[in-house]
Amino acid sequence: MSTPQHSHRTTAVAVVASLVAATLLFVFHPAAQGEAPPNAVFWLLVTLLGAAALWTIRRVAAIQGTRWDGMLTAGLFGLWVLYYWQVLVVACEVPRVLLPAPSLIAQSLLDNWPKLWGDFEQTVLKAVCVGWFVGSALGFLVAVAIDRMPFLQRGLLPLASLTSTVPLVAVAPIAVMWFGFEWPSKAAVVVLMTFFPMLVSTLAGLQASGKLERELMYSYAASYGRTLWSLRLPAATPFLAGALKVNATLALIGAIVAEFFGSPTVGLGFRISTEASRMNMALVWGAIVVAAVTGSLAYALLVQLERRAAFWHPSVRGK
Amino acid sequence: MATTTKRIERSWLGQVWHNGLPVAVVVLALLVVWYAAACAMNASAVIERVLTPSGNPWTWQDLAAATWSMERPVLPAPHQIALDFWSSLVDWPLDSPRNLLFHVAVTGETTLVGFVLGTLLGLLLAIAIVHSRTLDRALLPWIVASQTVPVLAIAPIVLVILGSLGMEGLAPKAVIAMYLSFFPVTVAMVQGLRSPQVIETEMMHTYAATAWQSLWLLRLPAALPFLFPALRVGIAASLVGAMVAELPTGAAAGLGARLLTGSYYGNTLAIWSALVMSSLLGLLLTAVVGLTERLALRHRHT
Repeated sequence: MSTPQHSHRTTAVAVVASLVAATLLFVFHPAAQGEAPPNAVFWLLVTLLGAAALWTIRRVAAIQGTRWDGMLTAGLFGLWVLYYWQVLVVACEVPRVLLPAPSLIAQSLLDNWPKLWGDFEQTVLKAVCVGWFVGSALGFLVAVAIDRMPFLQRGLLPLASLTSTVPLVAVAPIAVMWFGFEWPSKAAVVVLMTFFPMLVSTLAGLQASGKLERELMYSYAASYGRTLWSLRLPAATPFLAGALKVNATLALIGAIVAEFFGSPTVGLGFRISTEASRMNMALVWGAIVVAAVTGSLAYALLVQLERRAAFWHPSVRGK
Repeated sequence: MATTTKRIERSWLGQVWHNGLPVAVVVLALLVVWYAAACAMNASAVIERVLTPSGNPWTWQDLAAATWSMERPVLPAPHQIALDFWSSLVDWPLDSPRNLLFHVAVTGETTLVGFVLGTLLGLLLAIAIVHSRTLDRALLPWIVASQTVPVLAIAPIVLVILGSLGMEGLAPKAVIAMYLSFFPVTVAMVQGLRSPQVIETEMMHTYAATAWQSLWLLRLPAALPFLFPALRVGIAASLVGAMVAELPTGAAAGLGARLLTGSYYGNTLAIWSALVMSSLLGLLLTAVVGLTERLALRHRHT
């Protein structure tokens, strides 16, 4: 029996060795570069490498440790998926329409960078950012405004919760009709989609402060506004942050899908739908990579923001 | 006995009064705002096209009446939408593309097939993840991360890929609905299958229960309260997926296609009717899931 230290070293060596072998196979075997049809030796090597990859992933997954070890497994797995995607698509000569190789997608990402940057500007910086901000701000303000009106709350809350079951994206054609093909119509769809989650979350968050704390504020003779500012809004921050995160994803989806209904000749949704109909799949994948990276970055950014803003809250402190 | 019944009845009525009245007031206020907005938004077009050409002097009443009965209004009045909605249901046979129920059938079928497949896939994946540390570490972070990505954007790619593989009609659309609904189910079920406490899993262990028995008797029942909220999210996502999947294909049938043709021809009433219908479909599907939840969890006290 080897010590844990020892087995960790074995795992690390195995990971590095399998990655080096994979790189060698990729660089030096003609089939992996698409220069020769794959032969039996190639398939043998690929299968062996696959077995090695699975074994190393299992080894890494078995490491007991911090969050970063978990991320390591996921990263390694993603790397191998990408590798096999590349090698198998090239070796089997899968048609580009079906599935372009990652290298091809990266190439098209680089070649069409100005175009994709324009799409990013149009869809993300204009429609998504404006719509997300306005929708979330409106939801928040309305929730705070009706905080003192239980009658309106009881009337609005059921309707607002119902909207989560309704395909709100479908208002896109109406938005296009009212606000034109340019980005304001997409921003309007995003405003509508992000308004209700924020409203519902804020109303829930304003009820989240404990009875004890509220009674303490009362005993200080704190005014309504003071209680709201010093106790209830801070207590609501995890709810607000949750809604902001959900809304970030919703906003991207809303803006992209709204562009499927009609848009100027720029925008991520426009790029995806037109290039897909022209069978230029490498560029479609490129646009999707841009959208995916944007979505994850926005989410990560909001998580960081939440940690800064609500560092004292139990839900954040434990992490 | 009689008094008790009466009291329950009263409190039930009181409940309706307490909860229903505010909603009714809000809805009424919305309708008033809507009519006013319809008047304001259609006014310029009406004055230009209807009232001025007729030559007669017109009053505010004429203006309001005209804005609420335009052929292609910027914003149709609620009763116009209701009439168009009703006439599409009654005046046309069920297999006519002018009947909204025809489109509901197409979209509803896609949604349900995709939802069922997505739920099954999500369940299987969650069971596999719970039983395999490797899958848990390697796959689950990707599934969670994919929640932050607009996966709906992949729809056109899925359509192209499946189209060139020779799949047409229902299948590609159902695949899109499926992959939208499987993410929430997987994430929630992994959480739910892990929700039994150590003391309970240890009891299964002392009974020498196999992994399957422990899954069937302990983990799955414990996961049900996690499953149903995910199903509600999943079926709503599935409907959006089914409708969006109809857009790039230029499909002739389905609520999404109806929206698209409506916007091509500037037929506002058709768009609004389709919008109302898709909302009703969404509400109905979610209500069915909610009802199933109530039936399945009626003996639970949580």
